Amino acid sequence: MREKILAFIEKNSRIDIKDLAVILGESETAVANEIADMEKEHIICGYHTLINWDNTSDEKVVALIEVKVTPQRGMGFDKIAERIYQYNEVNAVYLMSGAYDFTVFIEGKTMREVALFVSEKLSTLESVLSTATHFVLKKYKDHGTILVQEVQDERMLITP
Amino acid sequence: MRNPLSDTIVQIEPSGIRKFFDIVSEMKDAISLGVGEPDFDTPWHVREEGIYSLEKGRTFYTSNAGLKNLREEIASYLSRRCNLTYNPDREILVTVGGSEAIDIALRAMLDPGDEVLIPQPCFVSYVPCTILAGGVPVAIELEEKDQFRLTKEKLLEKITDKTKILIMPFPNNPTGAVMRQEDLEPIAQIIEEKDLFVLSDEIYCELTYGQARHVSIASLPGMRDRTVLINGFSKAYAMTGWRLGYAAAPHVILEQMLKIHQFAIMCAPTTSQYAAISAMKNGDGDVEMMRESYDQRRRFVLHAFEEMGLECFEPNGAFYTFPSIKRLNMSSDEFANRLLREEKVAVVPGTAFGACGEGYLRVSYAYSLKNLKEALGRMARFVKKVDEENGNL
Repeated sequence: MREKILAFIEKNSRIDIKDLAVILGESETAVANEIADMEKEHIICGYHTLINWDNTSDEKVVALIEVKVTPQRGMGFDKIAERIYQYNEVNAVYLMSGAYDFTVFIEGKTMREVALFVSEKLSTLESVLSTATHFVLKKYKDHGTILVQEVQDERMLITP
Repeated sequence: MRNPLSDTIVQIEPSGIRKFFDIVSEMKDAISLGVGEPDFDTPWHVREEGIYSLEKGRTFYTSNAGLKNLREEIASYLSRRCNLTYNPDREILVTVGGSEAIDIALRAMLDPGDEVLIPQPCFVSYVPCTILAGGVPVAIELEEKDQFRLTKEKLLEKITDKTKILIMPFPNNPTGAVMRQEDLEPIAQIIEEKDLFVLSDEIYCELTYGQARHVSIASLPGMRDRTVLINGFSKAYAMTGWRLGYAAAPHVILEQMLKIHQFAIMCAPTTSQYAAISAMKNGDGDVEMMRESYDQRRRFVLHAFEEMGLECFEPNGAFYTFPSIKRLNMSSDEFANRLLREEKVAVVPGTAFGACGEGYLRVSYAYSLKNLKEALGRMARFVKKVDEENGNL
């Protein structure tokens, strides 16, 4: 049941538990309990909203930073990651395979703000060898959802 | 001036769905639960294959029977999915939707006066296509108490010396009924005893819910040589607009169908055929995802009917529910018309699928959950109102 719940709420976290239970063919209590357990176990880590900020009047700048580091003896990458993810400006941190070590997503109000964060906070960390900053210009698709096209039901109203 | 028209065609009634469509089209803001096609877009890899074939300039006719590659893919699908062996060079024909396959199969098999048994409620084209082929349609009226399945008794009742073909429209549009292996066995026995042929329209075969998957009647002992199996890409792969279906049948029948197809159609659309190869090769995951999603919505709709006090047998196939409105003391037509005018929700009266659809509605769940919720909410309000008028509350 967990898999079915997760598959559904990953795309639609606002569905009421009652409807979700009907859709999955389970009892309401069972679904509610399962969700509560998954929250406790940190399988479900939050219920965020997918926002296309480009369609608002708010200015937001998002940058992807490639970070190369020297791992610390006995700590590996985790300790360095922690120094990075504790900053509020940092939205996401992933450890990568390949040409660099971390992908860091940073959000700020202006490009200058983001650039300053990288040069003053991120690059100056002891283990960081180098950074490369890429600003996001446009988001086409995010979290499996296409942001740039309107969904419209173009079918005829009645067909055999 | 002489009458330019054929008596046969003039006497055929226009589709009941068409009449209702005209009324619905006048209402701009109606929400519909009336469509007979998936709400998904065709999977991207399929569309891309179509685009790619256009870019490559593959814009010519294909062979009459369809691209060899596609026929081979269809043969391999029928083998893995239905355990049926068809020779892709002699026994498979790619058609313009399942609809063309129905038409040419009937034309290839019927002589004037031959009777065709048509279990109803069913898809709208079997009766007119039978008449156009010179046959005589004979309805078998299925009942909710049998879960809208065809029973041996009902079949025997309608067989005469002139009966030649039985149409098997399962999983069924509009009822959502399915025929399980154990339901097919007694039917197959009669087919053989009475020396009949079967036109098995299995267009919804990928959309079944619950444990049992669809079983083709052609896979029962002795049935392959008596069956024209019709299927297509519209429902399983959300490809209605591509107009692509196929027929698989013994060579003696297929050969004659091919002749009609050759003269009337030439070949199915080339772009669609290239796209369909990708659907057959790489589409299993898409089908599974869509089936799961329909199943969720199916449960949602059935639950909503239960809450509004409308009886509805559990459909295990296609994407339709067929609730009964008999307790409300009004005809299907009246219900559908009033629901449309008073709550702006379009459903199709059961009578559009045969006279025995009276007392039922076809409600499609090929819609987003949000749409279903809104439409069913309005429908519940309407049912409550009718109950009040009838003094039931």
